[in-house]
Amino acid sequence: MKILVPVTEVATVDDEFEIEGTAIAEQYLGADLNEWDEYAIEEAVQLQEAGVADEVITVTIGPEECEQTIRQALAKGADRAVRIWDDALEGIDLLGVEAKAALLSAVVEDEDPDLVLTGVQAGDGAFGATGVSLASTVGYEWAAVVNHLEHDLEDGVASVRRELEGGVEELTDVELPAVLTIQTGINEPRYASLRGIRQAQRKELEVLGLADLGVDESAIGAAISLTDMYEPESESDATVWEGSAEETAGQLAELLREKGVAQ
Amino acid sequence: MTDVLAVAEHRRGDLRDVSYELVTAGRQLANETGGDLHLAVISGTVEDFAEKLNRDGVDTIHTVTDGEEFNHGVYTQTVAQLADSLDPQYVLIPNSVNGLDYAPAVATGLERPLVTDTIDLETDGETLTATREMYGGKVETTTELEGPAVVTTRGGEWPKAEGTGDAAIESFEPEIDEAALGATVTGFEEVGSGDVDISDAEVLVSVGRGIDEEENLEIIHDLADALDATVSSSRPIVDNGWLPKNRQVGQSGKVVTPDVYIAIGISGAVQHVAGMKGSETIVAINTDPNAPIMDIADYAITDDLFDVVPSLTEAFR
Repeated sequence: MKILVPVTEVATVDDEFEIEGTAIAEQYLGADLNEWDEYAIEEAVQLQEAGVADEVITVTIGPEECEQTIRQALAKGADRAVRIWDDALEGIDLLGVEAKAALLSAVVEDEDPDLVLTGVQAGDGAFGATGVSLASTVGYEWAAVVNHLEHDLEDGVASVRRELEGGVEELTDVELPAVLTIQTGINEPRYASLRGIRQAQRKELEVLGLADLGVDESAIGAAISLTDMYEPESESDATVWEGSAEETAGQLAELLREKGVAQ
Repeated sequence: MTDVLAVAEHRRGDLRDVSYELVTAGRQLANETGGDLHLAVISGTVEDFAEKLNRDGVDTIHTVTDGEEFNHGVYTQTVAQLADSLDPQYVLIPNSVNGLDYAPAVATGLERPLVTDTIDLETDGETLTATREMYGGKVETTTELEGPAVVTTRGGEWPKAEGTGDAAIESFEPEIDEAALGATVTGFEEVGSGDVDISDAEVLVSVGRGIDEEENLEIIHDLADALDATVSSSRPIVDNGWLPKNRQVGQSGKVVTPDVYIAIGISGAVQHVAGMKGSETIVAINTDPNAPIMDIADYAITDDLFDVVPSLTEAFR
């Protein structure tokens, strides 16, 4: 069984930052492997360790700078990686869900995986739609927001739990091939070992452009454009206590006593 | 193409609040496009649901009797067929776990762009301006897209529609391709029961990502002991296995309404706030003065929790 794991590098933002135009100024940004995708990788690697999967491949849409993040995924146990990039993607400030699905579906068609595991959402854009969009583009079955996956995958069926709102889980059987979007907490993502990090440097990382994928430039055209970015107006009318930790803790203690706490 | 089609959501026999919010959002968009507001209610006791959803501003409610509970295949096929027949400018779907399980497929099928998790919408009939958050709520953005679209709306952002409407209620019979339904719901399970019910607690000491390490939870337990309070947490603490699921406050955890909620090292993501905003008094201890939790806190300390918490515990010993 082959598992494809679409992973993304997300931008992280410092507590204090400035906005320039429709983006956060670069000096306040960091980069990291998307948190949700870490759980997807872990799930795939565990399926490999359980003898269910033969190969785990990651695919990432992103420029060369994100190769360090891709190597993180390889260091955690993925076998090889595909990176999609093209000059045509360079100037797009917000890549639409449809565009991502078009690019990733070309890789799914090439690789023909039995299972695609990806994070529920990306921590920066937070559209939460790429997985299901990909599934419906390639004609795979799917389940969104999966927080448990039975590893036997008997008879080509994935038995999953989907985490609904309000502490309710839905039990669902999904026919393979399928895309599952993975929720945090499904497992405990491992840290990459030193050996894993060394090995990751030698693993294959293939770079594909639009022509390689047979995707027309019109498929990635921006249906949606970012027109403004601003800090949300603070609605805070909180009483903020000032002073040393001892002083502020003292003020809070006083409030709690007034409220009858611990009496 | 001026109409709006909104899809209601229900679970285990009850309409979810977001369905009524969708009526408000849908009516507002339909006013702006000069069209009608259509609702679709799919599966379950649809007649009963239709009656409840018949509120001010709804023009037509389409009831579809297929199935009891949510099945994404049935929803995807039905909404696509309804959209083909009604040709609405916008299809509105709740940005819920189930909404996200079929809205992208509807968009793909209709070859329309998708914008999710919107918190405000405006249109001149052609250009849709959608407001969304990015980077975990640190910024808001406006995005624009032209022409027809599929849109999901975040719960709690629009008021629930009130009043009694005079909508036409019409039965719609989609052609469901059973062979294409490759996912089957086999049951539901309540999770998070256990020794303690945090929804009963009067005082909650709630801990989030800011605690950094599992060992550090000790200072939280110490504080809870001193205050005779109950320990709860935000999602990452439970994801890490540091506290059991029955301690999780939020959209996918429990809704709590204590007299005092002390949020320690919790930034206040919208999913968390959904579970605790009904607390009588909210105190936040966080190093980031701009954290979203500050917007709903009544009292705040912007300082290191590792200095403040032991000091507070000391004050009660």
